[in-house]
Amino acid sequence: MNYVFHFKDVLVHWPILVQGTINTIGYSLVGMIVGLGMGIIGAVWRNSHNFGLRAIATFYVELVRNTPMLVQLFLFFFALPSLGIRLTPLQAAVLALVFNNGAYMTEIVRAGIDSINPSQPEAAVSLGLTWGQTFRNVILPQALENIYPAMISQFIMLMLSTSLISSIGADELTSLGGRIQALNFRSFEVFTVVGVIYLCLTLLLQRSSALIARIIFPRRRAVARR
Amino acid sequence: MMRDLVLNDFVLLTLATRWTILLSLIAFVGGGFVGAIVAYGRISRAAPVRAISAGYIQVIQGTPLLIQLFIWYFGLSLVGTNLPPLVAAGIAVTLNSSAFFAEIWRGCLEAIPRPQWEAAASLALTRFQQSRYVIVPQATRIALAPTVGFMVQIIKNTSLTALVGFVELMRQGQMITNVTFEPLPIYLYAGAVYFALCFPLSALSHKLERKFNAGRSTYRGA
Repeated sequence: MNYVFHFKDVLVHWPILVQGTINTIGYSLVGMIVGLGMGIIGAVWRNSHNFGLRAIATFYVELVRNTPMLVQLFLFFFALPSLGIRLTPLQAAVLALVFNNGAYMTEIVRAGIDSINPSQPEAAVSLGLTWGQTFRNVILPQALENIYPAMISQFIMLMLSTSLISSIGADELTSLGGRIQALNFRSFEVFTVVGVIYLCLTLLLQRSSALIARIIFPRRRAVARR
Repeated sequence: MMRDLVLNDFVLLTLATRWTILLSLIAFVGGGFVGAIVAYGRISRAAPVRAISAGYIQVIQGTPLLIQLFIWYFGLSLVGTNLPPLVAAGIAVTLNSSAFFAEIWRGCLEAIPRPQWEAAASLALTRFQQSRYVIVPQATRIALAPTVGFMVQIIKNTSLTALVGFVELMRQGQMITNVTFEPLPIYLYAGAVYFALCFPLSALSHKLERKFNAGRSTYRGA
């Protein structure tokens, strides 16, 4: 093997890489926040007494978790136009990320709700709280705290899966890496550098997860102060 | 040039599923083999071995599979070998699943209480015999459900190899779409095939989980 590596040719395009990293973080955050919202609704539906809601939520979860995200993405981007719905790459990408992540979050949030001791809602009801108040103020905060580690892993998985949306031309890190490759033909170096950036993002998220938990969950702050 | 979508296209898609299944099997067998070694590396008594295994898992789990595919695909061509796409795809999915298997199985091995190792050691079993006859049989019960569950992930992951040009179900779908311009039925069909492959495994995984969790709780209660 007499190939000379040229990482410099890649690194001179650092503004593109920075832009890609910012966009990747943006896609991940949108996917995570909206996905969490869908997950909470989905989890409530999956535990609902209403058979219809339960069936819809179960169908959604099983459908998404048993098909590749690439198929979902291609259906949104390439197939919806034949039904008259034309989406830009950005819209299709966000839709696919949210649609996909929502199903995984549904299962995670449901596990969190199931982990709450039944005496908690019983106590809340005996204090005269409505179902909505019980859910919002008693069940959900504790459930989210219990599933926090799983949510961080899912967030990392989501962040890594945003690389797939490069296949429809959304402007995230992998896609912009491909653009650099088109400029200098250093494919191996480009994707090595892009891989290192993803790794740094993952490590950053893992290392700072305890810190983030302390910001999000007031009870942990209280414990830490004690 | 465009042509109409015909029944034969669906036959073609179904036949392309062979490659999806083959690649999944490669990833499962190869990844299982490498993963078992890495899992033992993670619980090794030698600190450097533990560190190397942990680093390997961190790098693979911390980067997207798509990037790993690109790196193998372009990297192998740098070495000057003109390998078929199956090799690059096979290496990438194998190493990717090995890291996940290693983490799953490490958890299962560590779930076995330490005294089991100690009791086996006190019976003069070597370290290999301890794990072969005492630890692994117990860990297998715990490992079965997550292992089957991860197979679903492997099958779904193989769809990414379409993006580096390996012709499996997804890529075949793309190619037929290019000539017929009928993405909706083709991708729906591809999705249905993936679902038909994955759903039974998911269901089996849930079933195993329920079965063995129940078994364990009575065992611990005794």
